[in-house]
Formats: sequence, C-alpha cells, structure tokens
Amino acid sequence: MLKITGLKVKLEEEDKQILKGVDLSIEPGMVHAIMGPNGSGKSTLSYVLSGKGGYEVTGGSAALEGKDLLDMEPEERAAAGLFLAFQYPVEIPGVGNMTFLRTAVNAQRKVRGEPELSAGEFLKEVRGKAKSLKIDAEMLKRPVNVGFSGGEKKRNEILQMAMLEPKMCILDETDSGLDVDAMKLVAEGVNALRSEGRSFLVITHYQRLLDHIKPDIVHIMADGRIVKSGGPELALEVENNGYADILAEVA
Amino acid sequence: MALATQKLDATKARLADIALPEGSGWGTAARADALARVRRMGLPTKRDEYWKYTDPTTLTVADAPQAALHYNDEGPLFNAVDRVKIVFVDGVFDANASDELTAEGVEIERLADAMATDIHWAKELYGVLEARGQKPVARPLAALNTALATDGIVVRVTGKATKPINLIYLHEDEASDVILHNLVKVEAGAEVTLLETGPAAARFSKLVEVEVAEGGKFNHIRAQGRDHERRAITHCFARIAANSTYKSFTLTFNGVLTRNECVLEIVGDDAVAHVAGACVGDGRDFHHDDTVFVTHDALNGESRQVFKKVLRNGATGVFQGKILVKEGAQKTDGYQISQSLLLDEDSQFLAKPELEIYADDVACSHGSTSGAIDETALFYLRSRGVSLHDARKLLTLSFLAEALDEIEDHNLTEELRDRLEGWLSRHS
Repeated sequence: MLKITGLKVKLEEEDKQILKGVDLSIEPGMVHAIMGPNGSGKSTLSYVLSGKGGYEVTGGSAALEGKDLLDMEPEERAAAGLFLAFQYPVEIPGVGNMTFLRTAVNAQRKVRGEPELSAGEFLKEVRGKAKSLKIDAEMLKRPVNVGFSGGEKKRNEILQMAMLEPKMCILDETDSGLDVDAMKLVAEGVNALRSEGRSFLVITHYQRLLDHIKPDIVHIMADGRIVKSGGPELALEVENNGYADILAEVA
Repeated sequence: MALATQKLDATKARLADIALPEGSGWGTAARADALARVRRMGLPTKRDEYWKYTDPTTLTVADAPQAALHYNDEGPLFNAVDRVKIVFVDGVFDANASDELTAEGVEIERLADAMATDIHWAKELYGVLEARGQKPVARPLAALNTALATDGIVVRVTGKATKPINLIYLHEDEASDVILHNLVKVEAGAEVTLLETGPAAARFSKLVEVEVAEGGKFNHIRAQGRDHERRAITHCFARIAANSTYKSFTLTFNGVLTRNECVLEIVGDDAVAHVAGACVGDGRDFHHDDTVFVTHDALNGESRQVFKKVLRNGATGVFQGKILVKEGAQKTDGYQISQSLLLDEDSQFLAKPELEIYADDVACSHGSTSGAIDETALFYLRSRGVSLHDARKLLTLSFLAEALDEIEDHNLTEELRDRLEGWLSRHS
C-alpha cells in the first residue's frame, strides 16, 4: 500500500534536516504504529506524505500503490486515497461542516470519475456515519470545527475519514487532548473502518491508544529515522521503560 | 490659510456655471442652502484629512470620466423577491420598467413630484439630516448632492410594509453623470426594507436621508454593480429614535472608485444601529472606501460596524470608522471591526478606526486586521481533496461570512453569497 524508501526531508526555510532516511512499508489491511520521543520527526513524516508546504524532500521516495506521492498536489494525494487525521484540526468559520464534507466527497469522486452524490444521498450517508460517532445534527450544521471541544474535533476527523473512505489513513496523535471515553469513541470509529483494503499509520506518544487500536507492527522513530520495529509488545516496552533503553540499545 | 483660500477659490470656479435644477418648488430653497454650504466648505481635495486615503478628484471634476459598459449573463438580483421595482436608467426614472409606486404600509413618490407639492412631509427632511451630518466632519459632496439631485424616491412608511422597495439603477450610457437623492421616513412602529441594486452611471452620487421614529425598523440592502468602471460617492444619513432599529448591508463588486459614507445618529434610548459591508476588488484601479460615523446621543444604544474586504491584483481598500459617544450616552454598546483579506502582496488596506467617548459607563471595542489566506486552513481543505481553486474560494467566503451574517433576511444572504461565489470563480 505505502512504500517509503530512504526519505530525507529538511525544512524549506532553515537548514535543518528532520527526516534522515526513513524506510517504511505498509501492506494492505495492516495497522502500523509509529512511536517516538518529541522532535523525532513523526508529525513531519505525516505532513510530508500528505503534501504540506514548508518542507523540502532531499532524498528518497514515497509511493501509494506504486504512485509517486511526492510529485502530487495535496488534493491529488487525497483523491489517490491518502488521508491525514490532523493533530490540530483547523477551524473554518463561515463554512458549514456539511458543506465542507460534501465539497470534499464530491471533489474526490469527480477526480476519480465517479458521479457526485446528490444532496439527499449525501445526507443519508453522513447521518448514519455521524450517529455512530455520536455527532449530532447540530454539530454537522455548525461551521467546521468552530467551537468544537477537543473530542468533537477528533470525532469530526474520523467522520471525514469515514465519508472519504481512503485507502491509507494516517492518524497524527489523534489521542492528544482526549479523555478516556473520547479516545474509546474515536478508536471504535477507526476500528469500524479497518478492512482488508485499507491500511493505517497511527502516530502516537502513548501506548494507551494502541490498547484500543491494535497495531500489527510498531516502529520506534528517533532523530529522523525508524530505529526499531517489532510487534505490539514493543509499545508495551516503551510504556514501561520509556525510550531511553531502546535508544541506548540501537545507538 | 493659503491652502484653504486656494480650495475655496477652486470650488468657486468649479461651481461658477452651476445652475440649480428648475421647477423644484420648496426644494429650491433647500438646494440654494446646500449650495451655499458647499461654497463655505469647499469641495474636497486629496489634501483633506478626511480624504487622505481616497483621491476625490474624479468625483469633483466638472466632466465625469467615462465608464465602459460591461454586459454579463447574470440575471438581475432579487428577481425572486416579491418587491416594488423602481427603475432609473442613468438616473432617469423609467415608468414603463417600474411597478406602480404603491404597496401596503408605504407611500412612494418621486422626489420631483414631492417638491412640486406645496405642503409635503419631505420638506422637513430634504437636506436636513445631510446638513446635521456636516458636523463635526464636513461632507461637501453630500451638500452638493442636495443642491443638484435631479430626482430620487421619497418613501413614507406608515405601517409594516409587506414588500421591500427595490431601487434598480441601470447604466446604459458610457458618459452618464447622475445625482439622485432619496428620502425614507419610517413612522413610529413602522417597518420597511429598501433594496438598491445596479451600477447606476459612469459617475454616481447618491444620497439617502432616513428618519426612523420610535419603535420603527429600517432595513437596507445594497448591491453595487459588478465588473464595471463606474465611480460612486454615496451617503446615508440617518436619525434613529428610541427603540428603533437601523440595519444596513452593502455589497460591492469592483467599480473603479467607490466611497460609501454612512452617518448615523442615535437620538433615542434603546436604539440599534448596524452597518455592514463586504467588497471584492480586483486590479490596481480598484479603490473602495467605507467611511462610517456613528454618534450615540442616548441611553443604552447598540451599534455595530462590520466591514470585510477581499482585495487582489493591487486593489486598495479603505475603512474610516468612528464611534462617538456623547456625554450622558451611558450604557452604550459600540462595536467595530474592519478586516481585509489580501490575496497578494500588491493589494493594500488602509484603516483608520476611531473611538471618541465622553460617557463613563460604556462598552466600546474596535479591531482591524489585514491578512492573507491561512495556509494551514488551505492545506486542511486540500488534504481532504478540495482543489486549490475551490479551497481558496471557500476560505474567501468564510472570511466574508461575518459581514454577510449581518443581513437579516437569509434568502437575500443566500443570493448575495451566490453572487460572491460567482465573482470568486471568475476572478481567480
């Protein structure tokens, strides 16, 4: 599904190398997690994959189903099936959540040559999906993320993911700012979307999210590289002993 | 001193051959008074403090610069609204294109007819609020309008008007130089909505004086043309009595030069005055100026000024807004916000927000910002598959939304929003 090879990235404005050669391959249907200390490059990786400006790729490649991601505009990556759930979802006053969702869904359908959903079809689909994430009609009507609580914002991200039905979902610290109940709700939303054809990359600081979204493979990232990979037990090791041991071991 | 003398001499020369419109009945005296005001104040020049950001030259010269006509396939605005249509073509009343000047709750006449009637309510209003509004800041172009207006509409609102009145200003002559003056008198407890649409002329001076009596409601929606080269100076003067409401929204598409002055005076307790505007401008020759002056002279008044401008390709936006709270106008709640979205580095926004407060128990706030489209929001939308073009459009509409929200009637909001969307699709 996603194949990253020797990816090197620096900040556009500064002479600062963030990613120093990341190798990562995710098969269809798999859930990978990336853990790592602050500043290790986890969020940068998610931004570079989804096409945020301000970064310069200085080496390596990243492909989604064989298609070169780094050559595409952000909207093209989305249409190709990539989705990033933001750590800090953006507030957009004056644009209704529904309008936003429908614009996004239809934009992607158009690029893929599928017919646009009518207002009625769209409404039906969004209501069903919103209900399971406990997003009420009022929240759908409000401007995008404006006045939403932390939990509401993250649930709204998962709703977008459910509506857009991407192939490759990247969750950037989706657990940050969530209480236990909200985290469970979000995790249930994500688990409901797990399928053979869909892969996940879950970026997190804490093992607790991985109790709810069970990963197949866990990677530890440090100083711009993936330094260790393993099974779910690796996350437990981090939880119990911190990163210091692992980093000392690979150093 | 030399400058002041120079200015008055220039005004004298410019007005030497001016003849007041004939057959104005009681209006003749009001016009002569107004012309005397202009001569005393002098026509504005770019050296005047109040015209620091907007060059008035093309508004004051004897010959109006031409404005090419631009046709487009957009239908007329508010076509689906049940309204009284009153059409002026280059300032000339078109009886055939207009509806009967009657509707429930209102009395509508042409200014020319009102002036020909010896005893008429309009006599107590024509030029009166304009003259009041000359202090503390001189507005000579308003006085010039009172002196020279060739026609207009006078409306007395006696009850709850069942239909809005729509003044439609068509522009068919590339060289038309038009001066119109309207009056609206909203009697106690009465309500009316005034719609004004169209580019009007190559050069357009338009003034409306609005008297809102106790418990009255005046709603004003203007949409000023699009894609044309016209120049316009407009004035609204309003006196707002106790428990009454004045709400106005103006949308401006392009136009080489537009200056909208709005002078509101709250004279009765518990009154509300909202004035809002949105403009979208493209090109180095686009210049749009909102100049607002709100006076609180009563208890517990509420005023809002909300202005948003989208500027691209070297366009210029100006906002001069003032809230004056007079002594004793306690519990005043005044709010003012002016913001611009600059779509490139060539465009500019010049803002001069002012508060002058002589009461000690009031809440007044103002803010002014200029910014570009938020890159993070842009990326957020694009990461969901929305194209760069559509994402920019959505965020621009998002920026304008706060001003559009000031419109009471949501059907009108939708129509104006659609027009804005159309404009944004063409200009990007």
